[in-house]
Amino acid sequence: MTASSTDWSAPGLDSETRESSPLPDPDPAIDRPPMEVDIVCAGFGPAMGGFLTTLTQAWNDNPADPAFESRVMPGMPLQVLCYERADTLSAGVSGVVTQAKGIRSSFPDLNPAEIPMAVPVTDERVFYLLDPIGASRRSLPLRIGDFFLRLAGSLVLKDRAFELPWTPAFLHKKNGLVLSIGQFNQWVAECLMAGGLVQIWPGTPVAAPILENDAVAGLRLADQGVNKSGEPDHNFIPGMDVRARLTVVGDGAIGQVGAALNQNQNGAKCWAMGMKFVIELPEAAADSELRPGTVWHTIGYPEPEIFGFLYVHPDRLVSVGIFVPSWMGDPARTAYRYLQHFIQHPALWKHLKDGTLRSWGAKSLEESGRRAEPPLSGNGYARIGEGSGSTNMLTGSGVDEAWTTGIQLGEAVLELLRAGKPFTHQNLSAAYETRRRASWIERGAREAENARNGFHRGFIRGLIGMALTGLTRGKLSLPAHIPPAHRQIRPFSFFAASGIKLREAAELVLEDGRPLHDALMSARGWPEIPFDGRLLVTQQDALLMGGKVQAPPAFADHVIFRSKGLCLLCDEKTCIAMCSGQAITLGSDGAPVFEREKCIHCGGCLWNCAQSPDGVNGNIDFRAGAGGLHSAEN
Amino acid sequence: MANALHIVACAGIVPDPLQTLEPTLAPTGPAIRNEMVLPAMLDPWAACALYEAASLIAKNPGEPQNPSKLWLVSLTPKAKLQQVMMTVAQKLSFELVPIDGPIGGFTDAHSTAAILAETIAALPGLDRGKLLLFGGWESANRGAGVTLQLIGERLGITDQFQGVDQIELRDDGPFEVLERVEGGRHQVSVCAGPPAVLGWATGNLPEPRNNPQIGMDNMRTIMPVLQKAKTAALDTNSLRYVSATLPAQQRTTRVVKDMHPEAIAQEIVEWIGKDS
Repeated sequence: MTASSTDWSAPGLDSETRESSPLPDPDPAIDRPPMEVDIVCAGFGPAMGGFLTTLTQAWNDNPADPAFESRVMPGMPLQVLCYERADTLSAGVSGVVTQAKGIRSSFPDLNPAEIPMAVPVTDERVFYLLDPIGASRRSLPLRIGDFFLRLAGSLVLKDRAFELPWTPAFLHKKNGLVLSIGQFNQWVAECLMAGGLVQIWPGTPVAAPILENDAVAGLRLADQGVNKSGEPDHNFIPGMDVRARLTVVGDGAIGQVGAALNQNQNGAKCWAMGMKFVIELPEAAADSELRPGTVWHTIGYPEPEIFGFLYVHPDRLVSVGIFVPSWMGDPARTAYRYLQHFIQHPALWKHLKDGTLRSWGAKSLEESGRRAEPPLSGNGYARIGEGSGSTNMLTGSGVDEAWTTGIQLGEAVLELLRAGKPFTHQNLSAAYETRRRASWIERGAREAENARNGFHRGFIRGLIGMALTGLTRGKLSLPAHIPPAHRQIRPFSFFAASGIKLREAAELVLEDGRPLHDALMSARGWPEIPFDGRLLVTQQDALLMGGKVQAPPAFADHVIFRSKGLCLLCDEKTCIAMCSGQAITLGSDGAPVFEREKCIHCGGCLWNCAQSPDGVNGNIDFRAGAGGLHSAEN
Repeated sequence: MANALHIVACAGIVPDPLQTLEPTLAPTGPAIRNEMVLPAMLDPWAACALYEAASLIAKNPGEPQNPSKLWLVSLTPKAKLQQVMMTVAQKLSFELVPIDGPIGGFTDAHSTAAILAETIAALPGLDRGKLLLFGGWESANRGAGVTLQLIGERLGITDQFQGVDQIELRDDGPFEVLERVEGGRHQVSVCAGPPAVLGWATGNLPEPRNNPQIGMDNMRTIMPVLQKAKTAALDTNSLRYVSATLPAQQRTTRVVKDMHPEAIAQEIVEWIGKDS
């Protein structure tokens, strides 16, 4: 089988869309080695964990079940392969709190102590944080509210924080777990590999789905031995075509397979950059109120639009981080610096100040939920997890939802295998989508569908809209027109009247060579970070703490600027501000430059581009790439 | 060369060096903090030996009825070895021989060598007359660099080479070896033939690219043998560590403008010189 017999255009695309397709342009002259399996999977995260666990447990219960006989290797069990881009399965970047309903249904006897950094939730609180500095961009109504809170003083405030007297029910994670997703993924993978049915291969990016005759026929792995542009170089090995009856797409919010199958979507998605530190508390903190299982949610600081969290793991480890949303119109979305200001808020700093930074990480979160749900299945493929729109933005949870979609697909696949039915769109829809629509995932997704609409019209409207949605279980919500991500970034000129202070920032840039967006925060009144080399370190030093960043040689650049002309015209260059690894910097010619070796694959650049060549997608293409962060404690 | 080779590569695992490693004192002695939590990889020197072995086998496949063969013998926790295999098994074909043992580089080299030698001697189908014992001449775990030599001695192999960067087989059976010596030079030796022990330095080969077909074929045999891995009964009483320290590390960050490259280079040289 060679690429020449493969149709690479997604069904139903018009020619204009196809021109800006993120699919690689295959060279039909390249003879790609094929490999036949029964089920091939893209991406290993919680959703894929749920899917593969369901299959494996069923096989272990009855290995003689004829449904598990391989078609490509008669006499052998199903050949199930899963490919993951990250170099190790513990490189998943997220500390989470989850209700773990789906996870516990897969592991009824789950003992959290068996999973490093896991602990049951013991205490949940919600805080509104006042601005102790005076640099936060707060609207007049918010400043009035802050004024009255300050007036009430210590009656309602402690350490410049107002603790909500109760945690809204929709935010509760009762009986849930605090997890490190990296460690959880690793634990699940160990269970799966020991089960013997599935093979999981990290360090293997998937370039694209193989599309044939209105069906997905498998996955094409990324070429190796290529230069930055993807052209064959020394020891070129063309990406293998792994062909399968069923392709399971679980490559997350920024996965290339999911993106290639999404081309007919309008791009009107909401995103957030989740960035966090893992901090080791000093021994003296062992008796503090930060006991293992403690969960804090915060709003109000460092900017009103930025939500924060603090989760306490065992062994004095704390995950503390922020979410910078796409609906924060400000083009200066410097998440790393915002995170440093966040942890210095008095309510957090009193616990963290003597701690040590153990690791750091960031990840793009797809926050559209059901509103941007893509097709869940088609001929030869099914989609699970975050990329399938399973994240619930009312409850602020996605891991358990993703895991459960994996279970549902696993059960559906078992049903079809036992019935001897092919993996057609019709059959997958009947078996998988029907399960999902009838489940708590769908009910929650519908309730949450418009929960965050209000934030597109301001922070206070957002809170009102979210409360309205949460308290009425989705019956009432605020309307909103949600533009594509590139149009959610406001131009600098929009903020001119409210003190964007570009000139002052430019002077700082000239003075010491710092990035413009960092200078902009200083010009707006944010104090310089008092680096101590232990907890407060430069962003470049953070790349070297905990798990470091690495890009194996011989893979192509995976961040592509589609039109350099548009980059040169762009004043905002939010891609540089938001780049978690500072892998995108300003080149000498005024266009952004990408350094693969520093990229942590957070995908932030994908939705932090203010330009669009086609009015739908941003000017940055995010392709298959290897490497990234090696942090095991995230 | 028509003669088949039987290469046994010994390789332990070490924590991924991209992690921040902290020494600690566990009840059992010195250890790396949270080592079971950290991602692991093949010991880099042993990995070079494995790549060289696979390359040698590829060049000398033997006859269909008498093929060359590569074993990978590893004494390490099998759960961690399973993780490492997810990466290594895609790169080259081998038969894994796992021995479940403790993590870390602080086990007694004599006890480790005894178990490995016993395991190798019992490998079904191994022909001592074709045996090349490969491994790293150093270890990223502890660097004592004696285990491979001890295994060779226990197996009665007297031709031993350490710091090997190259091996070249000759048609009539002997092979030429380049060993590192002082002054950045190589010592060239010619050995009459197997059996021999080769402790590899870095060799000359890059890390092989991932090949999914090899991975799928390997994993069919790797997972069953991992499940059945025997547990090593290491002697834990004969060795006691008084102390263990990491090499001093220092990182300083300073922002300067308009500094001449030569001045930067000079400052770096002076900074390095402080430790010497």
